[in-house]
Amino acid sequence: MRFDYALVASKIPEIFHALGVTLFVWIVGLVGATMLGFLVAVARRFGPRWLDLALGAYVELFRGTPFLIQLFLLYFGGPYVGLSLDPIPAGLLGLSVYGAAYFSEIFRAGFEAVPSGHVEAGECVGLTRAQIVRRILLPEMTMLVFPACVNMAVVLLKETAVMSVITVPELTLTISAIGTEFYAFVESLFLLALFYWGLVEICGWLGRLAEARLSRFRFAAA
Amino acid sequence: MTLITFALLLKAACYTVAISGVSIVIGFLIGMGVAAARLSTSRWIAIPAHAFVSFFRGVPLLVQLLLIYNLLPFLGINVPSVVAAVVGLSLCTAAYQAENLRGGFASVPRGLIEAADMTGLSPFQQLVRIRAPIAFRLTLPSLVNEAILILKASSLVSVVGVIELTRMAQDLDTSLYKPIQLYATAGFLYFLINRCLAFAGASAERRFSWGRA
Repeated sequence: MRFDYALVASKIPEIFHALGVTLFVWIVGLVGATMLGFLVAVARRFGPRWLDLALGAYVELFRGTPFLIQLFLLYFGGPYVGLSLDPIPAGLLGLSVYGAAYFSEIFRAGFEAVPSGHVEAGECVGLTRAQIVRRILLPEMTMLVFPACVNMAVVLLKETAVMSVITVPELTLTISAIGTEFYAFVESLFLLALFYWGLVEICGWLGRLAEARLSRFRFAAA
Repeated sequence: MTLITFALLLKAACYTVAISGVSIVIGFLIGMGVAAARLSTSRWIAIPAHAFVSFFRGVPLLVQLLLIYNLLPFLGINVPSVVAAVVGLSLCTAAYQAENLRGGFASVPRGLIEAADMTGLSPFQQLVRIRAPIAFRLTLPSLVNEAILILKASSLVSVVGVIELTRMAQDLDTSLYKPIQLYATAGFLYFLINRCLAFAGASAERRFSWGRA
């Protein structure tokens, strides 16, 4: 196997740009999915019954179908109902709506896992409803759901690779295109796998670090 | 949507089920080996098993599939794309199932093993009669979960040219131009299969919950 370093070097800016796109769609999609998922969980817990049922159907449907099918429906079906999106916005919207279905279940379980005694204790010492949510429910829930959220962040990072199918110019699309150009599929795909492996390991490491820091506050939930 | 189109999608859905089913079973067998290797006291066995799990859980399945699809011919192994797809899915699910099994074996209550020691069961008898059945029962829910994940993940196999449900919907769309109906039907079929799996899983859990304290 011959290896032309000059050719490879000429592609480095392109690879870094693609890495930027992957990180961008991941982080923006992650933030969107977390916020949307939180809203869904809150609406299901505190909203009327019909809203709970409707959102429950949404969660089941989006957790029960492949992300790829959802992306195809949005990207190729969208224009037929007046929703023409470019690849990156389509990917971001798809990832947010897909991830939100999972995040809402994480938050729902989190709400349920906060011991009711803590909320009652807050009521007893005369905290208002808003204070109970802000001082007791949310901090304790954050602690409880944090590991699951880190896990979900890693899942979504890996799902960004699927966006290459609807031509989002992220790592998978760019590096496989380079592989085709140089007729070096195996080498480029190994490089691609290493990129993701590294990103996932870094993400898991940061998650464990943050968890360790958060656990300093874990005096009540235990 | 005509009846013929629906029949084609239904047939492709059966293919999807077959690919996922075979991958789950092969993945379970490999996963057992990997879990045993990870629990080994020898570092020379445990560390490679750990690397295997870390790699296949840390790289997107799409990238794994593309890699295996291109790597096999590169190594001089020419197989149909469906074989490459099954190899990819099996290795990926093996890594996840190995972790589930490891967790299951680790959660077998210590007292039960001590009780088995006291009654004079040999290590092999302990494995077959006590540890494996309890670990299996503990990992059954995550096994069902994994089956659902793999069924959904099998849609990625369409990218390496296997004509399963997703690819069939895509191919039909290129001639019919009805993306909404086609992808919604495909999605609904995935959803239906997943519901059946979840239902079967719940029945199996009830079936195997005999003698639970």
